[in-house]
Amino acid sequence: MHVIDRRLNPGGRSLVNRQRFLRRARASVQQAVRESLRDRSIKDIDKEGQIAIPRGGIGEPTLRRAGRGGDRERVLPGNREYLAGDRIRRPPAGSGGGGSQAGEGEAEDSFRFVLSREEFLELFLDDLELPDLAKRKLTGVQAAALHRVGFTTAGSPANLSLSRTMQKALSRRLALRRPSRAELERMEAEIAALEPVARSDGERRRLADLVEQRARLGRRLARIAYIDPVDLRYRHFTPVPRPIAQAVMFCLMDVSGSMTEHMKDLAKRFFALLHLFLTRCYEQVEVVFIHHTDRAAEVDENTFFHSTVSGGTLVSSAHEEMLKVVAARYSPEDWNIYVAQASDGDNLVRDNPEVVGLLTRAILPISQYYAYIEVGAEEAPIPGAADTASDLWAAYEEVARGCGHFAMRKVHHRREIYPVLHELFRKRGAVEAAAAG
Amino acid sequence: MNPTTAQPLFTTSDWDFALIHRIHDAIEPIARAELGLDTYPNQIEIISAEQMLDAYASTGMPLFYKHWSFGKQFVANEALYRKGLRGLAYELVINSNPCISYLMQENSATMQALVIAHAAFGHNHFFKNNYAFRQWTDAEGILDYMDFAKRYIAECEERHGHEAVERLLDCAHALMHQGVHRHPRVRKRNLAAEAAREAERAAWRERIYDDLWRSLPAGPKAAPVPADERRQALGLPQENILYFLEKTAPRLQPWQREVLRIVRLIAQYFYPQRQTKVMNEGCATWCHYRIMTRLHEQHLITDGAFLEFLQSHTNVVSQPGYDAPHFAGFNPYAVGFGIMQDIARICDDPTEEDRAWFPDFAGTGNAPAVLRDAWANYRDESFIAQFLSPRLIREWRLFHVLDRQAQPELEVAAIHDERGYRAIRRALAREYDLARQEPDIQIVDVDLAGDRALVLHHLVADGILLDQEDARLVMQSLADLWGYEVQLHERDPATGRNLKSHVLKARH
Repeated sequence: MHVIDRRLNPGGRSLVNRQRFLRRARASVQQAVRESLRDRSIKDIDKEGQIAIPRGGIGEPTLRRAGRGGDRERVLPGNREYLAGDRIRRPPAGSGGGGSQAGEGEAEDSFRFVLSREEFLELFLDDLELPDLAKRKLTGVQAAALHRVGFTTAGSPANLSLSRTMQKALSRRLALRRPSRAELERMEAEIAALEPVARSDGERRRLADLVEQRARLGRRLARIAYIDPVDLRYRHFTPVPRPIAQAVMFCLMDVSGSMTEHMKDLAKRFFALLHLFLTRCYEQVEVVFIHHTDRAAEVDENTFFHSTVSGGTLVSSAHEEMLKVVAARYSPEDWNIYVAQASDGDNLVRDNPEVVGLLTRAILPISQYYAYIEVGAEEAPIPGAADTASDLWAAYEEVARGCGHFAMRKVHHRREIYPVLHELFRKRGAVEAAAAG
Repeated sequence: MNPTTAQPLFTTSDWDFALIHRIHDAIEPIARAELGLDTYPNQIEIISAEQMLDAYASTGMPLFYKHWSFGKQFVANEALYRKGLRGLAYELVINSNPCISYLMQENSATMQALVIAHAAFGHNHFFKNNYAFRQWTDAEGILDYMDFAKRYIAECEERHGHEAVERLLDCAHALMHQGVHRHPRVRKRNLAAEAAREAERAAWRERIYDDLWRSLPAGPKAAPVPADERRQALGLPQENILYFLEKTAPRLQPWQREVLRIVRLIAQYFYPQRQTKVMNEGCATWCHYRIMTRLHEQHLITDGAFLEFLQSHTNVVSQPGYDAPHFAGFNPYAVGFGIMQDIARICDDPTEEDRAWFPDFAGTGNAPAVLRDAWANYRDESFIAQFLSPRLIREWRLFHVLDRQAQPELEVAAIHDERGYRAIRRALAREYDLARQEPDIQIVDVDLAGDRALVLHHLVADGILLDQEDARLVMQSLADLWGYEVQLHERDPATGRNLKSHVLKARH
């Protein structure tokens, strides 16, 4: 009898099968992920979770007898009341024998399983792509990685490449015709054989010849080294700059009294999702929260989402604050700048020209993307009724007309957040195609 | 050693490898001397829960080729397991020589003892001795063959693309249950030689390859052959559809035939397990029950451990009544163990009724011998038909219900009384008769002179037709493999009337 401990064997033997299954059911899994997102808090987006997909696409049909029709019989345990000859009413949806199979009905319709965090995110973000990743910064120390790049003739002993050195030495020895040990030994043997028996002149001359030849070979052998310093080769490494992409995301939000909790909640989801996208595209993503009323201030996340400040509304103040922060900490040459703004659309009318000016002159040129969402009350506008545009919306429409990386949407319910982002970050190609068409 | 003074093998629930050895060595004399078990050498492997899930997904085999359906099973099991809806089996055992049993590392020492008795002795004995396994499976060669199958299919994927192989496997899996020989043929198969045979064939093909053959002009058409000669030449009628395709399908590539063969041979390997579910589990359960009881009697396990064992054992063999909310048919463990316990009782302490029903062995007092004979020579259907006793029928309060399509109500045909015993026993045995539970489908003809349509008949039993949607999908797969039209006619065997036809054309 043998006992074998297999616990340390690599696990995940089913990983390939699992991936194949997901690939097979891709369309329905993706649909399920999208739907499950609706019920998921955005904070939990990157958690694993259970999803259910319809069985149809992943069935494994076999030739089996139908579940109903025909004459059937069954033996069942636990009889308490029946006698032979009794009649039982046919159970309504039963498949014959009267066995209770209620538990199975629901499970048959959908197939439930758990997606890991990676799989979930992968599917979730699958058809999304950030608009512009052109700006990447090459920075110093931490970004350099050593890469092997061939061989050099000088280097430290630790990097000596033995195989390459021996190869060089061999080719040099061949080229210079260094006598081999075997050759020398053969000659020695010949001399040894000839020496005691050499009598005639011819033989002596032959012997002298051989001795001289041997001396020549010996000299040659001494002169041509087995390994010469010129043979030495070292593995060569060179630092290769590794691109490090870093991004900063500015969250601008109006916190004046007109912003309800519901609106803030929408805004938060929007910011969270945007942040998630950015973290997948950049190694390092910093977030700056700026809230504003008629004055703007940089705040921490908690204050940003949970404090209400009384005052009027001056959107341009937030823009100015943001430019200040950019000037102080995030030079546009080094950082990809993303701006996300959420507001209910209120602004002092006289401030609008100022906002447009700031945007077109200062902010849009330095940012990769500017996304504006206008959050509305929970009840969506009555369909058909004219959706009255806010002043800010009207002003921004003007900006958007001439600018490819400025996007604006209206959102009323959290289920609309995802489609908005989906649209905002539609694959670049599609946007351009749409623009051209 | 005086049994009353023996030290228990273990007193805590922790186990280590030395303890596993000691447990095995304590069980072995009981199994061999008292129960007369004859087993393959044992190989016990300890695995983690995750590895158990992995093994589940590939029908318990340590090696299997890759296919998405195993991934589907894996995620389904995983979801149930993680939610705590389903525990994992304590063990898995493979019909191979040496017999491999997987033990979960989470098991307590008592459970490990139970599992060793159950799998490494009970199942192992059954695999080695039951006639169905002896006839149809090759315990020596199965792991080598699985290894070959895995590598061969991976190679095919490399050569012909994942998609082509996946499509082929889908089709083959759909026909898997129609890919077994139900009746023995003469030749005993040696799975290890199969791999060598295929390698040789591939080498031969490469050696004789000559591009010139392509350019040969086509010969004159052969004269038409009479129908019955044609059928005979094709070996028709044939119920093993995969076998027929492998041998005769006109448009399959050699590698496709080999893949069909792999699926068919694996289906054949598992066929005895499907035929002997009740007996196999019953045998293992009866053995572990006997062995654990003997260990306890010899004071080799403590009272606490024995209670732990009894609790788990009782769960395993519980059989809820038909109206219980968690009733899901008969529990094979309960049925198998119940009948075997009953056989032991009849051997040792028969009633008058038992003597009348089982004159052959009632009161012989040699239960292990009678059971060994049953384990060796029966499958579920014949086992129940032979050994289900009136006493058990009463104890389980079995009743027999008829559901006639023509009648508005169900009818109770028999209950656990004098008049009903035989009817119930016959009916329960029929439920375990695979040949009756599965549709009887045969390939009957090929229209060689015309459009090469393949004709199949389903001999409809009890007026139960095939599930329409599934039948259509499977026939489509079959048509794709065959390469031409496929017709499936569902016939009433009594009148020969055609009840339904499925006709499908190949998609490429």
